[in-house]
Amino acid sequence: MSTTLSTTLGQIGDLARRSITRTLRQPSYVIPPLIFPTLLVAVNAAGLRPSTALEGFPTNSFLAFAIAVPFIQGALFSTMNAGTDLARDIQTGFLNRLALTPMRGSALLVGHMAGVMTLGLIQSLFYICFALAVGVRFEAGVGGAFVILALATTIAAAFGMLGAFLALRTGSGESIQATFPFLFVFLFISSMNTPRNLIAVHWFKVAATINPVSYLIEGVRSLVIVGWDETALLRAFAVALTIGAISIVLASHALGQRMART
Amino acid sequence: MADTSKGIEAAGLVREFKGGVVAVAGIELHVAEGEIYGFLGPNGAGKSTTVHMLTTLLPPTAGRATVAGFDIVKQGPAVRRSIGAALQEAALDPVLTGREHMRLQTALHAVVREERQARGEELLERVGLTAAADRKVKTYSGGMKRRLDLALALVHRPRLLFLDEPTTGLDPQSRSALWQEVARLAKEDGVTVFLTTQYLEEADVLCDRVGIIDQGKIVAEGTPAALKATIGRPTVDVVPTDHEQRHRVADVLSRFGDLTQASPHGVAVRLAGDEFGLADVIRALDAEELHVDHLELHSPSLDDVFLAKTGRTLEGAEGEQQAELVS
Repeated sequence: MSTTLSTTLGQIGDLARRSITRTLRQPSYVIPPLIFPTLLVAVNAAGLRPSTALEGFPTNSFLAFAIAVPFIQGALFSTMNAGTDLARDIQTGFLNRLALTPMRGSALLVGHMAGVMTLGLIQSLFYICFALAVGVRFEAGVGGAFVILALATTIAAAFGMLGAFLALRTGSGESIQATFPFLFVFLFISSMNTPRNLIAVHWFKVAATINPVSYLIEGVRSLVIVGWDETALLRAFAVALTIGAISIVLASHALGQRMART
Repeated sequence: MADTSKGIEAAGLVREFKGGVVAVAGIELHVAEGEIYGFLGPNGAGKSTTVHMLTTLLPPTAGRATVAGFDIVKQGPAVRRSIGAALQEAALDPVLTGREHMRLQTALHAVVREERQARGEELLERVGLTAAADRKVKTYSGGMKRRLDLALALVHRPRLLFLDEPTTGLDPQSRSALWQEVARLAKEDGVTVFLTTQYLEEADVLCDRVGIIDQGKIVAEGTPAALKATIGRPTVDVVPTDHEQRHRVADVLSRFGDLTQASPHGVAVRLAGDEFGLADVIRALDAEELHVDHLELHSPSLDDVFLAKTGRTLEGAEGEQQAELVS
């Protein structure tokens, strides 16, 4: 292994440890993404159960249908948490402290994602346990649960990187928090509560079809109510990786401008 | 002249921000190795912008500078390897402990793995934080944060140290402790220190030389004693018991030098030459049967230097800057 690569990996490890430590020490980052998505899915499942009577509805358990939503909603929290943390580093001057070390920008971004991914993993484990506790069966079995963990963690990292970009661009934690409701709009105009083929309102169906969040939900959902649906899974991973790739490019550019060290 | 090749050299350093705001308007600097150089000026004078340029965090708009012999624009990484910096706000993570900060900083500065722990412990002990090392930083006082900030700036044994208003907001005891540590670093370890401050006493007590900066330009530079000597003789400030007697007091005082800015209800004179002293002034006032409430001898201060060079006191300049910010 080259010295440069070894140094960069070492820096990533050091920053990742800091990121994980700081995330786990802030209950306000850990608890809301566990509580609110499960509450929302419980309320929706209670109110929208009759939807399962619609012809063509893919399952007779609305809870099984909707349990994919917390995984995505939890990942959306990653945007806010990752962004707010990085914005705080900018505001307190901690980013300047890091900039004065030989740290590489790439190490900062990747290391920063470690906390987000750890939290994403914890959230996903919690949602899986919640689902099992309320009687949801995973059609794809134990292997499917592991794929859900992998997909949800990838989605959390992708949205986390988006949060990092917003933080580097604006330098303000308040701005990050202001984007959170905007991201929720994407969740609500997706196929979170109704399969796309059963959405009767035309504009809503179009919006849900072009909304990438629909495909993320459908990827997780397929493992719960269908089994192994390669198309749904490929689409979900492709959307997550695309969001992640675009966010990395944007965040790297913003980091270069923010850390204008010579 | 002292050797500045490994210290700091700057020529015509300029930084202009968007909208045409010129924060630093052509600064010349020559700081010798091992020197403590104080950059004194009010808020908004350009101190922090200068530090950001010299520490490579902000590229200059024009001019050139070398730090530790390296060009700040062309050799940024080499400059950063040579310097330590504690910038204006103590840049710490509130949820990490002091020891965790030290571990991260030694790792990112690539201190040899086997030495990291020992180096961290040594610095924590030096700044008196060993007992608090496992407490989260959010429980630290302002002074403790500043001391940790200083310790973190030293992990890689820098030859030059930049301190941006290191004692702002600290109580006198914490301030004094930090001064002692900075003085020790320069004296015993030979570290060059570039320090910005808005405190006259700090510049006076701690610095070998002082540059006074106002509106992005250095208006005076030298040792504190030399700068004060440019102002010349001390002033005597007299407040008569009967305020109606101020004109008579002024007549008496004007025999001893030029009248100057006085305290409210007072009259002040800057003593001319060595032939007059405080006793002469008192005798003259007594001879005219003038009674005084208050009489005070002022030695020249760096504030007097600032006043002489800019026409404003440091506090007044601070107020103007605040007013500009509000408007």
